[in-house]
Amino acid sequence: MKTALRFIALVMLAAILAACARETVEEPEAPEPPPTQEPVEEPETDRLDPRDFSDPRNLDNSDSLLSQRVIYFEFDRSNVRSQFRPIIEAHAEYLRSNSSARVMLEGHADERGSREYNLGLGERRGNAVQDLLRANDVPSAQVEVVSYGEERPVCRESEEDCWQRNRRVEIVYTAR
Amino acid sequence: MFSSARSLLNSVTTVSLLLLAALFSTPASAELRIEIVDGVEGAMPIAVAPFEWNADMPEPEAGVAEIVSADLHRSGLFDAMDEGEMVDRPSDPTEVRFGTWRLLKVDHLVVGSVRETTDGMGYEIEYHLLDVHSGRILLSQALTVGVGDLRFGAHRVADAVYEALMGVPGAFATRIAYVTVNGAGTDEETFELVVADADGHNPQTVVRSSQPILSPTWSPDARKLAYVSFATGRSQVIVQDLYTGQNRVVSADKGINGAPAFSPDGRKLAVSLSRSGSPEIWVIDLETMRSEQLTHHWSINTEPAWSPDGDRIYFTSDRAGRPQIYVMDAGGGDPERVTWEGRYNAHASIGLEERYLAVIYSEGDEDYRIAIHDRETERLRVLSDGRLDESPSFAPNGSMVLYATRRDGNSELAAASADGRIRQRLVLSEGDEVREPAWSPLIR
Repeated sequence: MKTALRFIALVMLAAILAACARETVEEPEAPEPPPTQEPVEEPETDRLDPRDFSDPRNLDNSDSLLSQRVIYFEFDRSNVRSQFRPIIEAHAEYLRSNSSARVMLEGHADERGSREYNLGLGERRGNAVQDLLRANDVPSAQVEVVSYGEERPVCRESEEDCWQRNRRVEIVYTAR
Repeated sequence: MFSSARSLLNSVTTVSLLLLAALFSTPASAELRIEIVDGVEGAMPIAVAPFEWNADMPEPEAGVAEIVSADLHRSGLFDAMDEGEMVDRPSDPTEVRFGTWRLLKVDHLVVGSVRETTDGMGYEIEYHLLDVHSGRILLSQALTVGVGDLRFGAHRVADAVYEALMGVPGAFATRIAYVTVNGAGTDEETFELVVADADGHNPQTVVRSSQPILSPTWSPDARKLAYVSFATGRSQVIVQDLYTGQNRVVSADKGINGAPAFSPDGRKLAVSLSRSGSPEIWVIDLETMRSEQLTHHWSINTEPAWSPDGDRIYFTSDRAGRPQIYVMDAGGGDPERVTWEGRYNAHASIGLEERYLAVIYSEGDEDYRIAIHDRETERLRVLSDGRLDESPSFAPNGSMVLYATRRDGNSELAAASADGRIRQRLVLSEGDEVREPAWSPLIR
């Protein structure tokens, strides 16, 4: 009951914040009906705001940035390109709001060149994402980096289309 | 560290070579088949006559002479005569009619015999290398091997013949380690660390895991392998004794634990560890387990390789922007850059003399090829012609470089002579992926 109340309050707060932050003419969320004495069943009427980056449900909501968990990199580079920063910032907000959540940043490289060097490259990419999370005030205890180098490709053709999908950091939640 | 060693034992299948041989009558995995792609023009004609068999035990299907002949032929330096073309089958120098062999245009002839040792525990192989033109005996030797080591004995005969005619020791009585991948990209993906004789025979699975295995490397006595395992989900450096089956987690720190390389005296292991924040070269004393950090640079520092005298360590670093080979004293100190040609030089394997380094080379990030860097002339010679060649490993006699390559999207092994004239393909008979080759030291 208590948690349900807090939850509703959070959703409302997030909705208000999101509405303020953005200049879109979206319909503001309808205020929740006051809780009755009966136990709150399922917040079916509780609409999910995809921009509420503290809400665990958004991790599985394809409309939310939180559902995006792969950061791609250029060849032999480990700097996070600007288009991926909002994704990392969304996860930073989630991790700040959910102190028991933990992420593993899995760094990967494409297959070109030496396997051991690529382990280093994968780690460097993982570290770059970790640095951004830290810069967004995520406690370091919540983040770990592991590099798989070129050992875990998602695509196995030896061409750039494939390679660019393999040069990545996967944000894997080990605890939500 | 102890607990992680135990969990590793639970999660991967670890078996000793001896045990495996006892458990399975058939090889544990597919065999590598070695084909010559390019040989030397004017390879030396030689004939190895069938060795006389004087033992109660039946002669194995592949006789000693056949193995010697195949070894020499595969080297690309010899044109070994097929047994079917031989008119005579002498087994002792006194039986040789040199005129016949001259007519067959053979320069050298090997004859010999095999007999059971008096204790019945092995074989004695006696052999002679003859110069067909002068009729002289160039080499007469005998060696004793255990019952199960007849093939190995034959490889040692080939080594001696090779040395007598080429002036450098052969590398036939050696092994190769490699990693196979079965079901790549599927849920059943299986990685195996395999050790086989240098001719591809007798493959034995040392470790099997659902997680990647990479960077196998031999101890100088060829009894142990160090490699990188991801069995726990994170990288670890493991040292595995091939004879006892015992394995030991040597490094399982936070971050990368990679690129192991035994010192020439076998007492230390150079590795690349990122526990300080970025991959640095460390040396672990295998007795005391104390580790010392040798490089101190924020860049990637990996793939250490010892000089043959153990005084220096070569390694890959991208401290100047892109990966290049550097060298430093084995005790640390300021590294000196070694390679300057090309945008990418990595994974140095040191030749017999420190003069030659085999590396992964890329001129402009298009193709990654195996090249030999000559430290004396500072010149680089490209050996391979693939797009994604990697993991060069020198034969212990410096004659050939074994490496991993791609063909039709599949990874296989290849070898090229250090002068680039001889090329071999090493293909796994069942079409699994094979990579990460490491050629053993000479086995005595």
